[in-house]
Amino acid sequence: MLNIHYFASVREALKRDRQELAIPDSVSTVAELIEHLSAKDPAFKTLQQSSNGLLVAVNQTVVDNSYKLSEGDEVAFFPPMTGG
Amino acid sequence: MSESGDISVQQQAFDLAAEYVALRERAGDAGAIVTFTGLVREIYNPQVQDGVAEESPIQSLFLEHYPGMTEKCLQDILEQAAGKWPLLAARIIHRVGKLNPGEEIVFVGTASAHRQAAFDAAQFMMDYLKSNAPFWKKQSTADGTHWVDSRQSDADAIKRWQ
Repeated sequence: MLNIHYFASVREALKRDRQELAIPDSVSTVAELIEHLSAKDPAFKTLQQSSNGLLVAVNQTVVDNSYKLSEGDEVAFFPPMTGG
Repeated sequence: MSESGDISVQQQAFDLAAEYVALRERAGDAGAIVTFTGLVREIYNPQVQDGVAEESPIQSLFLEHYPGMTEKCLQDILEQAAGKWPLLAARIIHRVGKLNPGEEIVFVGTASAHRQAAFDAAQFMMDYLKSNAPFWKKQSTADGTHWVDSRQSDADAIKRWQ
């Protein structure tokens, strides 16, 4: 199971702030998870293709798309940060 | 030097005078204390249309964050600074939730024996905080609400430390 969280404009575009997902057989990396979510939800596909950039954190650390996921990971999708 | 009380993510306002005193007490024989305060501006992010900046004053700003990751990131930024400069004390406070123009949004404080380390460490922490800590600003104007876009200049600011 993955615990997936969505923040800021990503949360609004998807109209949800979190979901639990049993890891599908086709998914072992972040890139494959993005592919899976894009196939399930056109809104996610739109986000992934947007020029603003979609960041991914696993267990609260930003990772790149080749990162290998494990059972129980906390995954988060969000736009570039704008703090300060 | 680093302690868990060095960072705060909070909704409420902070007391600049009290933060200065606390830094001073923790720093011992510091020769320099630098404090930076970031404020919510009324004209935040002008929308450029046909080359003309449309200045639509903001009514309020909402700061969303990622609880847990935010604290980890701020602690990491503080520890990186402590590894690069001889700091005697350091502090980061970032507010979240609804803020009005003129309100304080972020505080960074550093103490060191000499001013260069204190200045540089404060700049470093602010530069990293803007692009690497999971905060997102949404502004409300008379035209509605929208998310603030990240700036290339903020992303570039990190490069000088690498």
